[in-house]
Amino acid sequence: MTGIYLDNNATTRVDQAVVEAMLPYFTEQFGNPSSMHSFGNKVGLAIKKARMQVQELLGAEHDSEIIFTSCGTESDSTAILSALKAQPERKEIITTTVEHPAVLTLCTWLEKDGYKVHYLSVDDKGRLDMDEYKKLLTDQVAVVSVMWANNETGTFFPVVEMAELAHAAGAMFHTDAVQAVGKVPMSLKDTRIDMLSVSGHKLHAPKGVGVLYLKRGVRFRPLLRGGHQERGRRAGTENTTSIVGLGKAAEMALEAMEFENTEVARLRDKLETAILAKVPRSFVTGDPSNRLPNTSNIAFEFIEGEAILLLLNKFGIAASSGSACTSGSLEPSHVMRAMGIPYTAAHGTVRFSLSRYSTEDEVDRVIQVVPEIIAQLRKLSPYWEGDGPAAEPEKAFAPTYA
Amino acid sequence: MWDYSDKVKEHFFEPRNAGVLEGANGVGDVGSISCGDALRLMLKVEPETDIILDAHFQTFGCGSAIASSSALTEMIKGKTLDEALKVSNQDIADYLDGLPPEKMHCSVMGREALQAAVANYRGEVWSDDHEEGALVCKCFAIDAVMIEETIRANNLSSVQDVTNYTKAGGGCSSCHEGIEEILVKVLVERGETFKPGGVAKEEAAPAGMTNLQRIRKIEAVLESVRPQLKRDGGDIELVDVDGKTIYVNMTGACAGCQMEALTLQGIQQKLMEELKEFIKIVPTKTGALTRAMK
Repeated sequence: MTGIYLDNNATTRVDQAVVEAMLPYFTEQFGNPSSMHSFGNKVGLAIKKARMQVQELLGAEHDSEIIFTSCGTESDSTAILSALKAQPERKEIITTTVEHPAVLTLCTWLEKDGYKVHYLSVDDKGRLDMDEYKKLLTDQVAVVSVMWANNETGTFFPVVEMAELAHAAGAMFHTDAVQAVGKVPMSLKDTRIDMLSVSGHKLHAPKGVGVLYLKRGVRFRPLLRGGHQERGRRAGTENTTSIVGLGKAAEMALEAMEFENTEVARLRDKLETAILAKVPRSFVTGDPSNRLPNTSNIAFEFIEGEAILLLLNKFGIAASSGSACTSGSLEPSHVMRAMGIPYTAAHGTVRFSLSRYSTEDEVDRVIQVVPEIIAQLRKLSPYWEGDGPAAEPEKAFAPTYA
Repeated sequence: MWDYSDKVKEHFFEPRNAGVLEGANGVGDVGSISCGDALRLMLKVEPETDIILDAHFQTFGCGSAIASSSALTEMIKGKTLDEALKVSNQDIADYLDGLPPEKMHCSVMGREALQAAVANYRGEVWSDDHEEGALVCKCFAIDAVMIEETIRANNLSSVQDVTNYTKAGGGCSSCHEGIEEILVKVLVERGETFKPGGVAKEEAAPAGMTNLQRIRKIEAVLESVRPQLKRDGGDIELVDVDGKTIYVNMTGACAGCQMEALTLQGIQQKLMEELKEFIKIVPTKTGALTRAMK
């Protein structure tokens, strides 16, 4: 049995066509694009092409707005630190409680250096309060960093509108769009988004390559200084093979954009509807009416996510969970907690994230397996009795916590 | 994915004694605050003999929590309550061929459920005696609460101190930033500031005792803690004194007890206070400390 991979928000398979596009740049075209001889010449052209492919996917006005980096995290750090460095008189940052650790951990770190960070809260569907945001936008804010789509629930934030508001307050606007790029049509040239992070491996390009989109004219202070690569904005010899791969992947993502939003969304909906119908006491987290087409995050009450994943894995199904135990940390997902999901449900959240390579057969198989797994684990749960939760589960089982 | 042993997987995929136990007369409901997992252990005890005739569990938790629960029920069936209570969390982990350091608290939860169930059977109220924090040092499985308490109790001020007292940070050293953060916090409370290059706590000047006086003093300290250990069915004996290192033997219930490291730490502290010098206590037989150092 081949595995069923429904964890595409974690990472994706590199497309075969991407691999083929990359291969010549390992052995034949191995030159340094900075070199004067002909070994480097063609490589420089390949990078230029990749830059234009990414430009097109993002709807950027100029190809020089695309800066290749090593990953989404580097892009996030570069963007936020640049905004702070460029506007030393502004000491505040606005972000959200549900950002990816690449932004959150950096922000809590910056708090130690005296920066004031405002964390916008979300409601039970993971939505922001725009009035709260508007109130916080003062002339003290250097940068707003808000993700385009949440990695756990897929829920969108209104980044285009938020960028307008930030701009009006004179603050820079950055968005971590690693989950959205390739799944959401973008035309950055028509927005006030100043900076945007892309991660290659989320869209069928290899790991270890990312992009920072930097709108022309936005004041910028590089994180890595040294060589003149990327017009001096990101020093370090280019990861040529991966950049070529990312370019190819961007081109393919643009071609598949409609498919992602129709066929992938249909499969996701089929999966979700069937599971919810078959499994009692389960519900979708986040905002189902406003989210990525490939993501479904389902909370299964009274059981724990890691146990679900281990059993899914036994059936060759790969997904991920917001439970404490899967992360290596001891806290359940900060995203679930921010939405106020009770912990007997937050621990049992499972994220299914599809890709354009997911098939109907695979989805059918998951629909068949999941209800059995959930029933099996609930038999072990002290909150569960027979076919349903114990009467007043929180009272039926109230352990002493130590 | 966690690196679970085959035994853990086996007990997770095919848990033994899962589900409600009809006619249970001892029930323990405990949860681990550190991860949110929780466990109900049900015992059927024969009143005449105190023998555990049957044991079942229900667990809200991850793979290793379920496996630990399953293993525990297998281990205690047929034992008397007193025998069962000797099962330590390390025994549960050993039975499962080991648990990842982040998951050791699952076995602690099992042991606590056992204590709670026995207390429930005996009509007593069980209360927990330790608090667990976020794991800081993954090499030696030392958590934040342990580090913070040790810093407070011993007035520590450097990462090196913390490593000397708790072993935390003595391995790969990638948790030094985390240890520094705890130091900064506690030092601020003490009205001090953390100095990164801070030297380890000065060793106290030799107290000017002869070897014989010193060894007698050590024996006197061990004598003073002996009644406590004996109450728990254990004992300690002095094996050798080599400079600053004092070798001891933990015997009886102390040997392999999950609290062995903590007990030794307490004794070491007492010895340092009495001798007025910096010493290290080392158990010679395989115990929790030496196991962890392997």
